[in-house]
Amino acid sequence: MNRINQKLKEDKKLLSIYFTAGYPDINDTASIIKDLEKNGVDMIEIGLPFSDPLADGPTIQASSTQALKNGMTTEVLFEQLKDIRQSVNIPLIIMGYFNPMFQYGVEAFCKKCQEIGIDGLIIPDLPVDVYHEKYQPIFEKYGLINVFLITPQTSNDRIRYIDSISNGFIYMVSSASTTGAKVGFGEEQTQYFERIGSMNLNNPQIVGFGISNNQTFTQATTYAKGAIIGSAFVKHITNEGISKIGNFVSSILNHE
Amino acid sequence: MKNYNVNEKGYYGEFGGAYIPEMLYPNVEELRQNYLKVMAEPEFQKEFDQLLKDYVGRPSPLYFAKRLSEKYNTKIYLKREDLNHTGAHKINNTIGQILMAKRLGKHRIIAETGAGQHGVATATVCALMGLECIVYMGEIDIKRQAPNVARMKMLGATVVPALSGSRTLKDATNEAIRDWINNPVDTHYIIGSAIGPHPYPDMVTKFQSVISEEIKWQLKEQEGRENPDYVVACIGGGSNAAGTYYHFLHETDVNIIAVEAAGLGVDSGESAATSVLGKEGIIHGCKTLLMQTNDGQITEPYSISAGLDYPGVGPMHAHLCKTGRAEFMAITDDEAMKAGLKLCELEGIIPAIESSHALAIFEQKSFKPDDVVVLSLSGRGDKDLENYIDYFKI
Repeated sequence: MNRINQKLKEDKKLLSIYFTAGYPDINDTASIIKDLEKNGVDMIEIGLPFSDPLADGPTIQASSTQALKNGMTTEVLFEQLKDIRQSVNIPLIIMGYFNPMFQYGVEAFCKKCQEIGIDGLIIPDLPVDVYHEKYQPIFEKYGLINVFLITPQTSNDRIRYIDSISNGFIYMVSSASTTGAKVGFGEEQTQYFERIGSMNLNNPQIVGFGISNNQTFTQATTYAKGAIIGSAFVKHITNEGISKIGNFVSSILNHE
Repeated sequence: MKNYNVNEKGYYGEFGGAYIPEMLYPNVEELRQNYLKVMAEPEFQKEFDQLLKDYVGRPSPLYFAKRLSEKYNTKIYLKREDLNHTGAHKINNTIGQILMAKRLGKHRIIAETGAGQHGVATATVCALMGLECIVYMGEIDIKRQAPNVARMKMLGATVVPALSGSRTLKDATNEAIRDWINNPVDTHYIIGSAIGPHPYPDMVTKFQSVISEEIKWQLKEQEGRENPDYVVACIGGGSNAAGTYYHFLHETDVNIIAVEAAGLGVDSGESAATSVLGKEGIIHGCKTLLMQTNDGQITEPYSISAGLDYPGVGPMHAHLCKTGRAEFMAITDDEAMKAGLKLCELEGIIPAIESSHALAIFEQKSFKPDDVVVLSLSGRGDKDLENYIDYFKI
């Protein structure tokens, strides 16, 4: 069974962390992953940087720009990850935009992911219908779970459709925004979380966007299986470097 | 015969589509479901036609350039988009899209701009309709194009500098898309070229198609036939080209020439000749030809002309290139500047540097004496005076 599905079966709320590969330093990728796992993170999204990240706010844009300057490429990332499964057991997801994967070759990319032990992909600009028509058999052949996003504006019909094509979890974007744009949740989010919760979808939901501390993590996971933190973590390592990852994770999980 | 128009799924051959994050899906889907219906409404058409006539000043003349024709020993007609209000073809599209935005109940308008021509055309129609206007412009372009920034401000628009990436047109486009993600309900995004996710390339093409619609009857009056032997236009994203070609795409006796900016030379590393240097990929929501690294990172193009300085071409043009329907030519900065000055001397018209690229093909390619060549003079050169002054040390 895919590690993502196994993890989703655990009787706990999941914390998933996003970071941009090759940032702050080109060779930080593997050590950040190991440190996150050691400190109790349940799942990791490894960001493959892109020159034009449409769905990202300034924090992740800046980390992507820096990572590319540092020399990060698809090849380099795969090389850095080739032995990662000797020491890391939690699910690993690559999150990136479609063009770099398309240039690498979708099948070659998926094959490489399987060899390394990547469990899933999140590709914000690969639409669900294009995936369904063209790429689903390839992802399945290499045992990869593709994760789709929904937003407060996504219609119930479309959520059902996305649910029917998903086989891991649904990435529930908390508000209509780019990453890191809004912090915290209001009444609108609560209603949205409740609405999705009441749909009894086949796939569990993990909330992303707007989660930055213990309070928002707790709020999000009241309604969902887990939560994803991206911009807040990238900001943390921008300000504090990579030596205090444990402090950050503890502050989210409140293991003070 | 091949189909060069968009198919029901939003593709031109293998190019096009809507490669957008889910956050944009409702906005783009709303537009997709409504744009053809709205454009077909008699009231919409009436208002669009009326504004093009009374406000933009259409039809734009189809001018037989006698001295230019004599010089190159062929029959050259110039489609005078430079005489439109705001000085270029851009306003055909912004008039159409502002009416579309109103029909869809949007009251906040965003746009991207490179040189500022599309920004000015958008700010103009927003003033006309009394709608809020936010224009994203690369920080570097804001410095390079001060007069257009002032124009937009006078017209009531807010100009927001794009500070990300290379701080030029492609980044301004990214910022506009991000704004739309953050404002999904009340905002319409007026894309300035025949790019973006479906239905934008088709919608922009249809609004610009008034250019070739007029060429047909104007040429009939002057030459006794609707179809020229050649239609010629410069291509950045490709909206003036799309409008110039549209009614001739399936007329097999009409040859199509697309003129890209070679910058300092196609192989110089400082170029915007996407058809030569680009590969298939995804940019700003569509699959098309674009300039990128082997690793799939989008690269910065270069051209002296800000309007052609874009790393991709619209998906329709990618299809015209791949199928061989259009002949693509590349013109350097130097060739374009000289051709621009030649038009001043021979015809008393100062062209935009974008249009000067199209004019430069006559030095590269020979036409027969009785060939009828219609060239889209997409914009006037007022905005480029500083460039011309610097280049020719006037």
